[in-house]
Amino acid sequence: MRSDIFFLICLAASAALYAGAAALGNDYVFFAGYVVLQYVVLSTAWNILGGYCGYVNFGSAAFFALGAYSTVAMHKLHPLPIPFLVLIGGVVSGVVGLGMGYLTLRLRGAFFAIATLALAVVLQTLVVNWDYVGGSRGAYIVRPETLAPFGPYIRYLFTIMLLLAVGAVTVARLIERSRLGYGFATIRDDELAAEASGVPTLTLKLIATVISGALMGMAGAPFPYYIGFLQPSSAFGLDYAVNSIAMPLIGGTTSWVGPLIGAVLLGSLQQIATVTISSAVNLLIVGCLLVAFVIIAPNGIVGLVQRYVQHKPEDFVGRRKVETDAPEAVP
Amino acid sequence: MIFSFDLLVNAIVSGILIGGFYAAVTAGVSLSFGILDIVNIAHPAFIILGSYTAYIVNATLGIDPIVTSIILAPAFYALGAVIYQIYYVSFEKRGQESLRGIAFFFGLLFITEVSLVLYFGVDYRYVEAPYIGPTWHFGFVDVPLRIVVPFLVSLLLIAALQLVLSRSFVGRAIMAVAQDQLALRLMAVDPIRIKRIAFGISIATASVAGAFLIIIQPVEPSVGREYIGRVFAICVLGGMGSLPGTVIAAMLVGIVESLTSTFYGPSWAPAVSFGFLLLTLAVRPAGLLGR
Repeated sequence: MRSDIFFLICLAASAALYAGAAALGNDYVFFAGYVVLQYVVLSTAWNILGGYCGYVNFGSAAFFALGAYSTVAMHKLHPLPIPFLVLIGGVVSGVVGLGMGYLTLRLRGAFFAIATLALAVVLQTLVVNWDYVGGSRGAYIVRPETLAPFGPYIRYLFTIMLLLAVGAVTVARLIERSRLGYGFATIRDDELAAEASGVPTLTLKLIATVISGALMGMAGAPFPYYIGFLQPSSAFGLDYAVNSIAMPLIGGTTSWVGPLIGAVLLGSLQQIATVTISSAVNLLIVGCLLVAFVIIAPNGIVGLVQRYVQHKPEDFVGRRKVETDAPEAVP
Repeated sequence: MIFSFDLLVNAIVSGILIGGFYAAVTAGVSLSFGILDIVNIAHPAFIILGSYTAYIVNATLGIDPIVTSIILAPAFYALGAVIYQIYYVSFEKRGQESLRGIAFFFGLLFITEVSLVLYFGVDYRYVEAPYIGPTWHFGFVDVPLRIVVPFLVSLLLIAALQLVLSRSFVGRAIMAVAQDQLALRLMAVDPIRIKRIAFGISIATASVAGAFLIIIQPVEPSVGREYIGRVFAICVLGGMGSLPGTVIAAMLVGIVESLTSTFYGPSWAPAVSFGFLLLTLAVRPAGLLGR
């Protein structure tokens, strides 16, 4: 299917989704749906680097918060319409991703993972000490009650996040089928061999980091308007980091469908669990699901479905599986 | 001027003492990440687990936390051996340790932290021991005993660990498994068994480090997260798996953090270790005493 047709189908689907949500007549659907869509963007963004290239980013919360806090900073400086803020958030997060990627991606994958883990702590330290954006006290963003064509403001925010989700999924699908995507796959499968065959691995990894980071920042930019009062602890919440890793891994990392399925399933499950049980318990469920899936079903739900429906052996679902009786020594 | 000189000396002394504690916290990671190449980002969670076991025993039976942690170290060793076995079978053997293996440890970190929150709540917990209150004064230098005791025990622990690694057969095999696994097999040693032992020892050190942590400061489940960046920064700076390097790097980070919090305010201290990490990776990825 051509990408422009795919994009149009996605748009039609989201219009239907919006109409369905509006038909329910309860604005809570929009509040809950916004969070699920936010996770669709975050997990799709994570998967561009994590699933396609095989580099783990633990700093999703940091990139998300960068987007959110650039909105707060811009709001104090000069209020802009949200679509512009989304672009600014994307640029800020993309630039930070580029800088950190340049320093750590030249080394082994583990260093990048650790650096992203530390990035969240350090950015939180910076924000806590930066009084202009509210410091540790937090910042209020007063949002209008209504906006002309949408009615309640939350519907406007929901629409923005819906478009972002469509954009993120389309970009991911486009990458997957392009030369860029094949380049990413070579890095994931065997970086040394890719480098030896003339694939510009560092450039490709940096491109992936920038796209992924920028999308996460874009997801974070409307967040202050959604929550109304932004604190460092809510912007840097561990839920974002763990969910944006768990959702693609549970859904399946090799194609754009995986993160989408994972985000919709886990996101909705968590919305239900938060209301009915408690938010701490639902995070425990996510953690246990993550561990269970990486051990039992390495290719996620997509892998399971492909194996049982199409009778395809799991080994050929996108990812080369190395089966030896003992790991080779690392030189 | 005299006043700031006092502060400077005090900051350096407490930095060195805290550095000794950081060395104990990092020793386990130097073993697992530095030598075995296992990215155990859940290590700080096991340290918090160590703090809580020390706290439970101390609160119910009144036993000294360090003694408790040493008695409980074999249990942590067994836990580490089990975790390595799962890790080996599910990830290392299939060649998937880079993505799913790291996610596995991230999940463990998360499960441990949330379980502790659900069971103990987010209140700060602390322990009772005779050396927690008093402070020694040398002229204008104040030395709280609650930091001196972990410092001394930590240096003893690392010295013992270094002795085991360099002198005993198992220790030498652990160093060898890092270099050439195939050669080890040719010497009729099972590399998986050696790695299991090494990972067990690494988690066993978390028990003792956890006791130090709860002696030095009150602990709640999410405290461990602050240590992730710090621990890996020290491990990389020290040269990945070199224990003497770890001690030097830990003291360096301790001193700079202590100076930062004295002269710029404690809220800036967490940024120090990240600065060290990025600087090391950019300038000298092999670390101070790297191989």
